[in-house]
Amino acid sequence: MARGIDMARIHKDEVGHVARLARLTFSQEELEGLTNQLNDILTYIGKLEELDTAEIEPTTHALKLTNYFRRDEKGRSLSVDEALSNAPQRENGAFVVPRII
Amino acid sequence: MTNLVDLTISSLRQLLDQREVSSVEVTRAYLERIEAIDPKIKAYLTVTGQQAMEAAMAADEYMASGKTAPLTGIPLGIKDVICTKGVPTTCASRMLEGFIPPYDATLMERLNGQHAIMLGKLNMDEFAMGSSTENSAFFPTHNPWDPKRIPGGSSGGSAAAVAARLCAGSFGSDTGGSIRQPASHCGVVGIKPTYGRISRFGLIAFASSLDQIGPIARDVTDCAILLEAASGHDPKDSTSVNRPVPSYTGALKEGLKGLRIGIPREYFIPGMDPEVEEAIRKGVSALEGQGAEIIDISLPHTEFAVATYYIIAPAEASSNLSRYDGVKYGFRAEGYRDLLEMYTATRSTGFGPEVKRRIMVGTYCLSAGYYDAYYKKASKVRTLITRDFQDAFARCDCIAAPVAPTPAFKLGEKKDDPLQMYLSDIFTIPVNLAGIPGISVPCGFSSEGLPIGMQLMAGHFQEETILKVAYNLELALGKIKDWPEI
Repeated sequence: MARGIDMARIHKDEVGHVARLARLTFSQEELEGLTNQLNDILTYIGKLEELDTAEIEPTTHALKLTNYFRRDEKGRSLSVDEALSNAPQRENGAFVVPRII
Repeated sequence: MTNLVDLTISSLRQLLDQREVSSVEVTRAYLERIEAIDPKIKAYLTVTGQQAMEAAMAADEYMASGKTAPLTGIPLGIKDVICTKGVPTTCASRMLEGFIPPYDATLMERLNGQHAIMLGKLNMDEFAMGSSTENSAFFPTHNPWDPKRIPGGSSGGSAAAVAARLCAGSFGSDTGGSIRQPASHCGVVGIKPTYGRISRFGLIAFASSLDQIGPIARDVTDCAILLEAASGHDPKDSTSVNRPVPSYTGALKEGLKGLRIGIPREYFIPGMDPEVEEAIRKGVSALEGQGAEIIDISLPHTEFAVATYYIIAPAEASSNLSRYDGVKYGFRAEGYRDLLEMYTATRSTGFGPEVKRRIMVGTYCLSAGYYDAYYKKASKVRTLITRDFQDAFARCDCIAAPVAPTPAFKLGEKKDDPLQMYLSDIFTIPVNLAGIPGISVPCGFSSEGLPIGMQLMAGHFQEETILKVAYNLELALGKIKDWPEI
């Protein structure tokens, strides 16, 4: 039984890799605590492997909804000033970020 | 005359409409109480005193011109996850400290349209992740029945404020129990409506396939009034359902004759507090006394709900919270050399430990090679959990169960054990996974004087059924206890 999840208990270097994907950084000490906690959580959620779901359709939405379309009409939207009002740094009607190129 | 802050919304409505009190008087009474009492409870992150008084004057003028609506002049509190134009909205996170939304959530437009009064923004677990309100980046909220205990979470401020009479009613959000569990722990009524019943435009997203806004109130009638005001289709939220809003208050007074209430055996588990079980059993007997037929049912996949949720919710959260990058709004760290460092430093400093933990779990579950084993697997088990409910509702109209396995625990008791904290949502999570409505209604007290709530669940859009059963329980039990002295 239970390939996949049982095998997938996470190691510290893998936690570091996931942190990079998530754009997070942790101290060595935090990383160790986190690895233990993630292992507890992943072991617990590994419980799902007990169930045979081969023939079960996944749920993507709790209700059977059809897409709702509204008319394509011009409405009020935020002004540039309003949209930028919470930006940590802004200049000439734009968000400022560190140089990329 | 009784103290204005002790009155329900329905009683206040009569007094306001008969001009026996003004909204200004009621609002002032609440603001004075907040100033005196909230330092002990810490339900509010922001109190909007001046705006509230101005809104109360406008509400009085509106009523003086002969107009009124169910919430006109009624002072309410709003969970700090709901965007309020011009008023700080932080999600109890450093990441959004100082964020002032340039627009209102649709919920706020609806409340403002009725001239309801907002007293302020209520504390919560950071980004609605938690079951105790201890994950707030600012301070924990205390349970009005025992300040050494948690009020529940994540809408702990919303529930505590209602129980402590720091607002007449409030709104929270519920992704895995975040309205019902704190309502149960604070001895108030809280409903998570059907997924799609209330617009989520302007609700800061946590897990989009699960999140739903709902009200918290002192009694079932008030809860129905608030739900009715908030419900309805919104073109700005394509997941909101275009379906008429029934009169929820009108549905309350029907009797329970012929109604079948199912008791799921999986919700009475070893390790559960015996006083909780006893209170629920007594409540069920009271419902039987009101004419309901009680039957045993089974929801066989219940034990898999927490595991399913702790894949789906963190996965969706890791995606939703990728927007916090220090560019568009909120916090930006200092001392970076390039864009990537800015993102990483901002997110690592701005998010608290539980939010980071869930982003990590979610990112892992969605990362290359693991998607099928985790997210897809969980989505399939979600189907099984939903089918359990469908099968149950073929046999009964409503399900009655506990909200939480124990009454409110002590501050600090579970803070360092994330998995134990997650398990406190064991009875509330299935409702979110299935998208059905669930309500928590007070049904007793523990020997230590802590409230215990009963949870009632029904099929999609059957809010009238659970409100009616909750109302009948309230009638049958009568006044259980006076509100706590604070």
